[in-house]
Parts: sequence; C-alpha cells; structure tokens
Amino acid sequence: MWDYSDKVKEHFFSPRNSGAMDDANAVGDVGSINCGDALRLMLKVDPETETIQDARFQTFGCGSAIASSSALTEIIKGMTLDDALKVSNQDIADYLDGLPPEKMHCSVMGREALQAAVANYRGVEWKDDHEEGALICKCFAIDAVLIEETVRANNLSSVEDVIHYTKAGGGCSSCHEGIEEILVKVLAERGETFNPHAVAVSKEDKPGKLNNLQRIKRIEMILDSIRPQLQRDHGDIELVDVDGKTIYVNMIGACAGCQMEAQTLQGIQTRLIEDLGEFVKVVPSRTGSYARAASHV
Amino acid sequence: MDGIYLDNNATTRVDDAVVAAMLPFFTEQFGNPSSMHSFGNKVGLALKKARMQVQELLGAEHDSEIIFTSCGTESDSTAILSALKASPEKKEIITTTIEHPAVLALCTHLEKEGYKTHFLKVDEKGRLNLDEYQKLLTDKVAVVSIMWANNETGTLFPVEQMAEMAHAKGIPFHTDAVQAVGKVPIDLKNSKIDMLSLSGHKLHAPKGVGVLYLRRGVRFRPLLRGGHQERGRRAGTENTAAIVGLGLACEQAMRHMHFENTEVKRLRDKLEAGILAKVPRAFATGDVSNRLPNTSNIAFEFIEGEAILLLLNKFGIAASSGSACTSGSLEPSHVMRAMGIPYTAAHGTIRFSLSRYSTEAEVDRVIQVVPEIVAQLRKLSPYWGENGPAEEPEKAFAPVYA
Ligand SMILES: Cc1ncc(COP(=O)(O)O)c(C=O)c1O
Repeated sequence: MWDYSDKVKEHFFSPRNSGAMDDANAVGDVGSINCGDALRLMLKVDPETETIQDARFQTFGCGSAIASSSALTEIIKGMTLDDALKVSNQDIADYLDGLPPEKMHCSVMGREALQAAVANYRGVEWKDDHEEGALICKCFAIDAVLIEETVRANNLSSVEDVIHYTKAGGGCSSCHEGIEEILVKVLAERGETFNPHAVAVSKEDKPGKLNNLQRIKRIEMILDSIRPQLQRDHGDIELVDVDGKTIYVNMIGACAGCQMEAQTLQGIQTRLIEDLGEFVKVVPSRTGSYARAASHV
Repeated sequence: MDGIYLDNNATTRVDDAVVAAMLPFFTEQFGNPSSMHSFGNKVGLALKKARMQVQELLGAEHDSEIIFTSCGTESDSTAILSALKASPEKKEIITTTIEHPAVLALCTHLEKEGYKTHFLKVDEKGRLNLDEYQKLLTDKVAVVSIMWANNETGTLFPVEQMAEMAHAKGIPFHTDAVQAVGKVPIDLKNSKIDMLSLSGHKLHAPKGVGVLYLRRGVRFRPLLRGGHQERGRRAGTENTAAIVGLGLACEQAMRHMHFENTEVKRLRDKLEAGILAKVPRAFATGDVSNRLPNTSNIAFEFIEGEAILLLLNKFGIAASSGSACTSGSLEPSHVMRAMGIPYTAAHGTIRFSLSRYSTEAEVDRVIQVVPEIVAQLRKLSPYWGENGPAEEPEKAFAPVYA
C-alpha cells in the first residue's frame, strides 16, 4: 500500500469542491481513461478582475489523483489567473504534505489541468507537447521517449548522465537496466557501443590544486567528520601542524597512548589520503613508536 | 487483526496448527538435516515427512520428485532455465500472455538473450486457443510453460491436455500451479506434466518456501549449485521450519479440498451475484464457468481500482486490483488487457479471493459496502453523469492531452 500522508488521505476521503459546475467559464480537461488518470477542472472566473471565484473538479483516478485535484481547487480559489498559473506541481504536493515519488505525476496532472483551463478561458489552444512512451522511471514518472530524446540531444553515454539530465534512475535505481537498454539503442544509432564501465565525466569532490589554507581547512573538515566516532570512545583529535606531506595531530583522552592508537591513526590516515587525493602521513605530535607504526601503510 | 480479508490469492494466513508444527524447528529441532548427529537426523526425518505430504497433495508418484525451493518464483525460474540448458540447441519457448510476472518477465528477458517466446493469446474470457498452440509445438521448442490457474481471474487452463500435446512432440511441459495447488484436485502421476511450481504462502503455509515438482527421468540442470541438498538439485541449507509447515499445510489442503469446492465456492458465488445485482455497469471477468472456486474478479466501469481499494480499506475490507496505480505503472493489468477488457473497465477491476476462513457475515458486509463505494467514486468521475455513464463517455470527456 502506498505511504500516503494524512493530508492526502483526508483529501481523498473528503474531497473538497468535487462535482460538476454548470456555470463554469473555464474548463480544463487532461489525462485519459487509458492512462488511468483523467481530470476535469472547472473554474468560475470574474471577467473584470480575472480572479477565480470558484473551482470544482471531476477526477477519474487513484487516491492521490483525487487528493491532488481537491488540493488544487483549494489552492487556486481566490487567486487571479496569472497567480494561479504560478502554482507548480510541487506546490500541490507540498500542500498535501508530499506525495510518494511514484505519484508525483498526479500533481503534474493538476498543474496541466490548470494550464488547460486558463487556455480555455483565454480562447487559446493549449497543447501538451510531450509524447508519451513506455514508463521507465517510476519514481519520477519519466518515459522512454523523453530519455531517448535527451540522450540523443546531449550525446549522453552513461546511466549517470541520464540521471543528471532527466532525473530518471535517480530514485530507487531499479530502472537502470531499462536505461541501459535505451543507451545501447541510441548509442548504436550513432555507431557507438554502450560501455557500462565507462566512468562518468564528472569526478566530483576530488579537490583540484588547493592552496595551503584550503588544504588545511579541508584536513580540519575531514577530522571533524571523524571526531564523533572518537568521542564515542571518550577520545578526541586535534590538528597541530601540517608540514608538506606530514600531518601532525594530537590524540586526546582515551585515545592517547591507548593500544588502539596506531590503528586509529592508520584509519584516519587512510581517510585523509582518500579525501585529499594525495599521499599523506599522519603523525602524533609527540614522536614515538606509534608514529612510525602509523606511517607504515 | 480484525477486518475482512478477501485477498487470499495475494497471500494467506498461516494456519495455527501449521505455526505450532513449525515452532520446534526454530528451537529444540534446530539441527542441520545434513549433519550426521542426532540433532540433524530428526530434522531430516521431518523433511521426509513433509516431502510425502506434498507428494500426496500433488498425486506425485515418487517423493523424490518433490524439490523444496524458496518460493514460487524460484520454482518457475528453475524449471524454465533447466529445460533451456538441457536443450541448448532449441531456442523457442511457448507460454501465454497472461502468466504471472514470475514467468512473463523471465521469458521477456530470455528474448534478449536470443530466445523466441511464443505468447499464446487469450479470448475475451481469458481462454486459450489450442489449435494455435498445436501449430507452435515444433522441434525447435525447448519448453512449454502454462499456468494452471490465473492469479487475477482464477481462470483454469487445460494444462493436463496441453501437457499431453507437448509430450506427444517430446517437449517438456511446466505449469505454474501456484494458485491451483490446494484449491483444485491434482493428480500428477496420471498426467504428462513434467514440472510444476507451487508456493507455500498461497495455501496457509509461510512465505518463502516453495516446491518444484520434477517428474522422475526429466532432464534437469540446477539453478543453484553447491551442497548436495535436495539431491544436488537445489543447493542451500533447507528452510526446515517452513518446509515442515508446508507439509502440514498440504495435508490440511487435501482434507479441505471438498470444502473449498463447495462451501468456499458458494460464498464466492454469493458475493459476486450480490454485488452484480446491486451495482450497474459492473461485470465479472475471466471464464466464470471454469475457474478457481475462491476467486471473483469484478470490473467496475468508469472508476479507478486504487481509489476503490482505499475506500474498501477504510471499511476494513482487503482486496486487490488490476489497476495501474496500485503497481506504480501507467498500464492496467496485462491480464485484463490480454482479454481485451476496455480501459474504461480495466482500471476498475477488483479481485476478491476467499479462503476457508471466509465467513457468510463477511460476504454479506462486503455486498452491502461495495455499492456505496462505487456510487461515491462515480460521483467524482468525469465519465459518469447523473445516473449512468455520460452519453458516449469517450466523447463527453475528450481532453487534448492523452
Ligand atoms: C501464479 C503465480 N505464480 C507465481 C507466484 C509467485 O510466488 P512467490 O511469491 O512464492 O514467488 C504467484 C504469487 O503471486 C502467483 O500467483
């Protein structure tokens, strides 16, 4: 069963503003029975001020589709059409204290109905230009057509790229197989073969050339992130000095001189090497056997 | 937990006696059945008994034809992949469009690995065309896999006859009988079925235990290799407690077979007739004269299944739906689509599945509640007018966006 918020349930069980409106002067129909979701939004707009005096809906759809419709009518009542158009699908979801990711498309439908209704009122034709393909990413409701087009337009070649450009695959990741299939197909079109082991272009987070101050700040940051673990064992660590590749630290409390000190230092050294992307040596500021032990990696 | 549970095709309550029989196998009887000492030995004997209890329910000739697995899905995969590996030169599979995903998704995946799967179509009642099937039975086919009963509609398939037809051509025949076992009598020794899958949790045994029946002499390639458990056909230390539970559950199912096909069936029929008498624009799907005794699948036009389930749940009634929304996809159930049920109804299908624990009072309550719920949702639907569907609903509501 979906994990619906209380607000979603409440709006589903007692929907506001449901049913037909006879004197509506703006009607927006979106969705279709084939997709399992359809929404008719009916507005009464004051022609003088363009404010929405009343809003009603009829919805064929699941619990969150009905709740999103109900929320939408509540949100936009009293707004001018221009303000109402600024309501995003995220606003609808927020109003309901969130929707499960797989159900975000219900709020999108609400927003589209609103656009359609305003277009209807203003006598312009509203066209949804997105073509629907097989649903690939259920978390963010992204279909194959969109992914394919994005991969083509941006010359993408890895699953990570697709996640960055479309969000598809960024949730539960169960659709990565499907995304790879699309990549195989589109890459074949441009005469390439999909390489699942290709490293994504953006190797984020590895610092480039740091100046001394930046480097020291970064070291402090890394030590800070390790600190809670040490404090759990009633110990602590202090940065004393940085001299080229050697980082001098002071072990405090239970850590100082404890049997585990050498091991702890080694662990910290490994973390620093990983995070800084360079080889460093961590040495207790008092010299002794432990220091040597720690530097033998 | 209180409430009216009519979702027994999804899973069942473990019978109290089954739980009691299992408990010692977590504590005193914790031994590994493969061990030489007496801790293991006793457990080994308990497995032997369970194997015979399963054998009895399936009407299998030998108890060694019973292989314990971890679930119905594993049994399905093992059976199909074994047949393919045993005949690597044959690249075709025959199955149906209305299988459970345990078979369907595997076959679609195998297509990517170069196999050709023939998905037999069904008619509007979910029935297969045996002439079409006969034509596909060629020496290119490595395995046939046909479900015994469909999980959504309960429709039964003539698997015994289809197994004979495959056998005549020397093609191994597997059936996913996960929904059928315990609900309809099965007599494998007098059939030509080579492999059969069942799952414990559909017949009042626990989840996570299943069986693959493998007829003696059928060529086999294990899915899991390792230890010599299950005579090397399914490596991995046995889920002893669950297997003991499954054994007893099979014995009980055998004893309740008549009850299932008389009393449970009567309640199911009453439920279905009661709802259909009170709700306009609703119909039962599947082959209603040839289906499991416990299953009723009703399509309610112009409303959506998840919304129905949420309202039913509010009244403490548990059922399930073939609606797209319950699965997070945008397509309604493949079974409803395969039968050509129009979208106007496919999204609003609700499956009620009873068990021997279902009561008359529960059925009466559901008959009372369902019409109210349907009316309430139809009032919200843009496809529904004052007292019935909008005139030509598809035209009355024809959005630009589709
Ligand atoms: C027809 C059918 N086959 C296979 C399965 C899968 O069984 P299990 O959940 O034990 O893997 C089910 C269960 O839903 C089923 O109904």
